[in-house]
Amino acid sequence: MMNADLELDCRGMHCPLPVIELGKRIGEVEVGQTVAVASTDSAAAYDVPAWCRMRGQEYVGEEPADDGVPRYLVRRLV
Amino acid sequence: MPTDRYLDAASSEPLHPDARAAMLAALDQGYADPRRLHTPARNARLILDNAREAVAEALGVRRDEVSFTSSGTAAVHRGLLGLLPRNPPMYSAVVTSAVEHSSVLHARNWHGERAGRKNKVVAVDSTGRASIEGFGMAAQDGVLAAALQHANHEVGTIQPVAEAAEALGEVPLFVDACASMGRLPLPEGWATAAGSAHKWGGPAGVGVLLVRKGTTWRNPFPDDDRVDERVPGFENVPAVLGAAAALQALVAERNEVNERHYALVDRIRTAVAQIPDTEVVGDPVERLPHLVTFSFLYVDGEAIVDALNRRGFAVASGSACTASTLEPSHVLAAMGALTHGNIRVSLTRDATAADVDAFLAVLPSTVEEIRRDAGLATPPA
Repeated sequence: MMNADLELDCRGMHCPLPVIELGKRIGEVEVGQTVAVASTDSAAAYDVPAWCRMRGQEYVGEEPADDGVPRYLVRRLV
Repeated sequence: MPTDRYLDAASSEPLHPDARAAMLAALDQGYADPRRLHTPARNARLILDNAREAVAEALGVRRDEVSFTSSGTAAVHRGLLGLLPRNPPMYSAVVTSAVEHSSVLHARNWHGERAGRKNKVVAVDSTGRASIEGFGMAAQDGVLAAALQHANHEVGTIQPVAEAAEALGEVPLFVDACASMGRLPLPEGWATAAGSAHKWGGPAGVGVLLVRKGTTWRNPFPDDDRVDERVPGFENVPAVLGAAAALQALVAERNEVNERHYALVDRIRTAVAQIPDTEVVGDPVERLPHLVTFSFLYVDGEAIVDALNRRGFAVASGSACTASTLEPSHVLAAMGALTHGNIRVSLTRDATAADVDAFLAVLPSTVEEIRRDAGLATPPA
């Protein structure tokens, strides 16, 4: 499993809360570092990449956590 | 505060005054069974035939190509499933675009689930437009039938129906025209097509099924012994006449209405794009005249629909929290668009610049308020 510099546990949150969490906390990592959003909400699969596109960040991809919940990886570019 | 600005015509257009007048007259005249031979029956039959004639003329099709169903959904089911053979081979499949209305996808799944088939899906670009090549490739792989909407019901993008039909060759194409019927001329290339009267200002409970002359169409459901062999059930004569009257009226006035709608939607698109962290989706030019969809980052779809409703504006949303399935819109997902904080605005025939300006006056502060409540006072860096 690819380690991220910041892990956001958004299990159980409904949209748009995982993306709000990401928007609020992206500033906690340096440019070039990564954030992982673990989300059980099906909208996150579309909205994390869309957030990256709209905010000028890099969407790295999707990888499951140990419990099988998808983690959406983002690299801070700005 | 009551909702006094109705901006959800794409879900259902208010009844056209011509439809209302026609229906009121037909309620008294059209009660009898149009299959019987007595005078009241002949009156009912005459109304039904007149309605069919009017719809055929308004759509530029033959009378014998028009059937009235009990809903747009029923027309979709019959339109698509009627293109399939009774006992299709196991390997066979149906190809659809990724952004078809759920009624099309449910009909396709119903066919597929019964026979364990793997259906094909043609991808769309970021404007929601389906790949013509995708339909061509599916046809080469072998499919029984195809479905492509005329215009997308959520984002308004007009599909390349004629080109897709050409790429499909001999494969018959069902065109879901529910979002566009009456507003835009029918495209070329359909074998069957479907429309829904309450989306053009007719009553609910009337759909239009078109079967192009020469198309091999088989009733996918039990037969009935009614006036029209393609559809079952006792004809709702007054509603059918209302649907026809509304369609005629809309076609007669659509140049003026479409021009006004197109410009008003342009105004909305431009203004909404100024709101930070907002995505206006769908093709900006090749689109339905009356409809626009956009999504606000960090905004809850249900919250914004509620907040706008409190301010007197009725709008639809494709966000997961507003859907019965709690799944995000498959249309927005297929386009790679933001699925949360989504609003669809669609204009009724009498919508004015004042309606649009009033909406645009409250929208930015409504969005800002919801973002502030979410703890994002200003857009984060």
